[in-house]
Amino acid sequence: MANDKSKAGSLLIKGGHLIDPAAKINTPMDILLRDGRVAEVALPNKIRGGADEKFEARGLVVAPGFIDLHVHLREPGQGYKETIATGTAAAAAGGFTSVCTMPNTAPVVDTDEWVAWLKHPERGAVVNVFPIAAATVNSRGSALTDFAALQRAGAVAVTDDGKPILDDEIMRAALRLGAELNLPVVQHAEDTRLTENASMNEGLTSFRLGLRGMPAAAEANIVDRDVTLAQEIRESRLHVAHLSTSDALKAVRRGKRARARVTCEVTPHHFTLLDEDIGEYNTNFKMNPPLRAKADREAVLVALADGTVDAIATDHAPHATHEKQVEFERAAFGITGLETALALAITKLHREHKIPLTRIVELFTAGPARVFDLRGRGSLVRGNFADVTIFDPKKRWTFEAAKSRSLSLNTPFDCWQFTGKVVATIVGGRVVYRAG
Amino acid sequence: MNKPARGSLLSIEHLEDKEILGLLRLARRMNPLKARPLLRNKRVVLLFYEASTRTRSSFEIAAKSLGAITTLVQSSGSSIEKGESLLDTGYTLRAVGADAIVIRHPAAGAPHLMARHLDIPVINAGDGMHEHPSQALLDAFTILKHKKSFQGLQIAIIGDIYHSRVTRSNCHLLTRFGAKITLCGPPEFVPDVAATLAPGLRVARHIEEALRGADVIMLLRLQKERLAGQKIRLQDYIARYQMTAARVKLAKRDAIVMHPGPIIRGLELTAEVADGPQSRIIDEVHNGVPTRMAILARALGKAK
Repeated sequence: MANDKSKAGSLLIKGGHLIDPAAKINTPMDILLRDGRVAEVALPNKIRGGADEKFEARGLVVAPGFIDLHVHLREPGQGYKETIATGTAAAAAGGFTSVCTMPNTAPVVDTDEWVAWLKHPERGAVVNVFPIAAATVNSRGSALTDFAALQRAGAVAVTDDGKPILDDEIMRAALRLGAELNLPVVQHAEDTRLTENASMNEGLTSFRLGLRGMPAAAEANIVDRDVTLAQEIRESRLHVAHLSTSDALKAVRRGKRARARVTCEVTPHHFTLLDEDIGEYNTNFKMNPPLRAKADREAVLVALADGTVDAIATDHAPHATHEKQVEFERAAFGITGLETALALAITKLHREHKIPLTRIVELFTAGPARVFDLRGRGSLVRGNFADVTIFDPKKRWTFEAAKSRSLSLNTPFDCWQFTGKVVATIVGGRVVYRAG
Repeated sequence: MNKPARGSLLSIEHLEDKEILGLLRLARRMNPLKARPLLRNKRVVLLFYEASTRTRSSFEIAAKSLGAITTLVQSSGSSIEKGESLLDTGYTLRAVGADAIVIRHPAAGAPHLMARHLDIPVINAGDGMHEHPSQALLDAFTILKHKKSFQGLQIAIIGDIYHSRVTRSNCHLLTRFGAKITLCGPPEFVPDVAATLAPGLRVARHIEEALRGADVIMLLRLQKERLAGQKIRLQDYIARYQMTAARVKLAKRDAIVMHPGPIIRGLELTAEVADGPQSRIIDEVHNGVPTRMAILARALGKAK
């Protein structure tokens, strides 16, 4: 990991406005980072003694380093789409200091060797990489992987992402084993029996475009079943990936009310876009779960504001041009998202929908840290890892896909104008990204 | 991504009213037997990824009647079989000198993709379940030979609406000019959402309701190739929705019966109806040639 490479010195972040929801701080504070940890957090100008370096953060928000629970960095095996080096560079530019990588690579990350491989310094990661391992062998959905060995190697959760764990007994067994090890099971909730050959949300737009649709029920059915299982297996931890529908949220609320350990994440594209935005078959608007109808987006916005949603996660899914410049039905599912997540959250959630900045920061920090139990992260209390994200909530800028650090350009947000921009990303006390 | 070249015909939905009327006017003046060679030395490629009898032959005859050179490329027997992508196929055809491409493809939006990347007109000859604009134009042409205008016309479209690109194009075109359309069939073929496609549409489950007072009856084939696992009991379908001579009588006395073809006698209609006095099914095929002559002339800038 980046912060293991070399010993970081000390860095004083001065004059910024600290938002640290876990520590209930929302006030001007200076922060001293030393030896990869938070050494001191104090009122402005109260930190005594020098630092090797100073960061002037006047007018900026200083926050715990952002954590993305859901990225596809495509290694091993698909380095033409993205590598750990390019993907983590994009993460750093987006303010993320930690990313959790999905195991649907080639081969699938279903052994402790592959988990260790992902974490090896030779991968060239510039932010922390937390692998999520496959829940079943080769993600085929039939035999569970060795959760304990995967966890020992560093996996923070298990999933068959890209595919659901459909079989009731396998899902039950995964949650049981996860409960024993305190390991979350992440579900890509899609009843694939209802989504065969479908390439977008089922509704007015799919009918008009002549595309087969994925009904909202395909997501809700699986979430509903999983929440029931999570309630039944008391210590199990269920995390619902990229939740996109109103009915799935109802199931999550039911689980939370019953005090089951159920969490969920929402992507920036699902709180921003609608199925009708696909326009004339623009494949950069094709992902799974698909962009939904207005009522679903409204429900997602409410859940982001009221605390039902635990984290914003990007589902960053890079694809090469030749996989996207094809017929819509044949195009790969997925879009990139690391570099636009904060800008979308501030532009859409904060400015348009009036969700407080503290809540937005929580969704990028304390929320995701809790979901996967990432100790020492998600808050900047003394002794925690020196992972910091500094951003300007008022800065206006235009995102240009061509300038992305990602190896792939498949974003629907090319040329979008945003308010809110990452200024610096600090991992383990070292600045890994600084806006030019 | 670029805008489609002028003269492209990708959908009815995004075609302006005056363009539709212009094409219909032009089609009336086209006669394949005594046409001026407006498209002399023009090369029209017919790129067909799906089977076709009517559309392919009428586009070909239309192009040749106007003096164009045509080449047929089909998915079997071409490099498409070897895995060449749609865009690479398009670039290849452009490089051999195509002045326009007429494309039929099983994927919705395939013509749009090609049109965004090529600088020559692309004509949609049917894309998946999306649209079939030249069929809607020839249907409109056919209707206007028998009815004064579309305003207030009652049209019943019966059958597999969900899978039908012809219906989508027809709904966009005919409602735009004041026709009222009733879509009729079982829920698996006529989902309620179908009524949202255009204003002036409604859904009926009983064929009697759809036919009463109809000026035009449009029938559709059950598209077995697109059913994708849907199970439909043919005997039930025939009992409830097959067009019989008795059912035709429920419509207005001067109602006409249409079908984009291919027809399956004994399934969506009886032979008696197909060959009956109110049937315009063969006329539609016949009218396909002047309509497609108009489309090609407009595409290659020779529409006067």
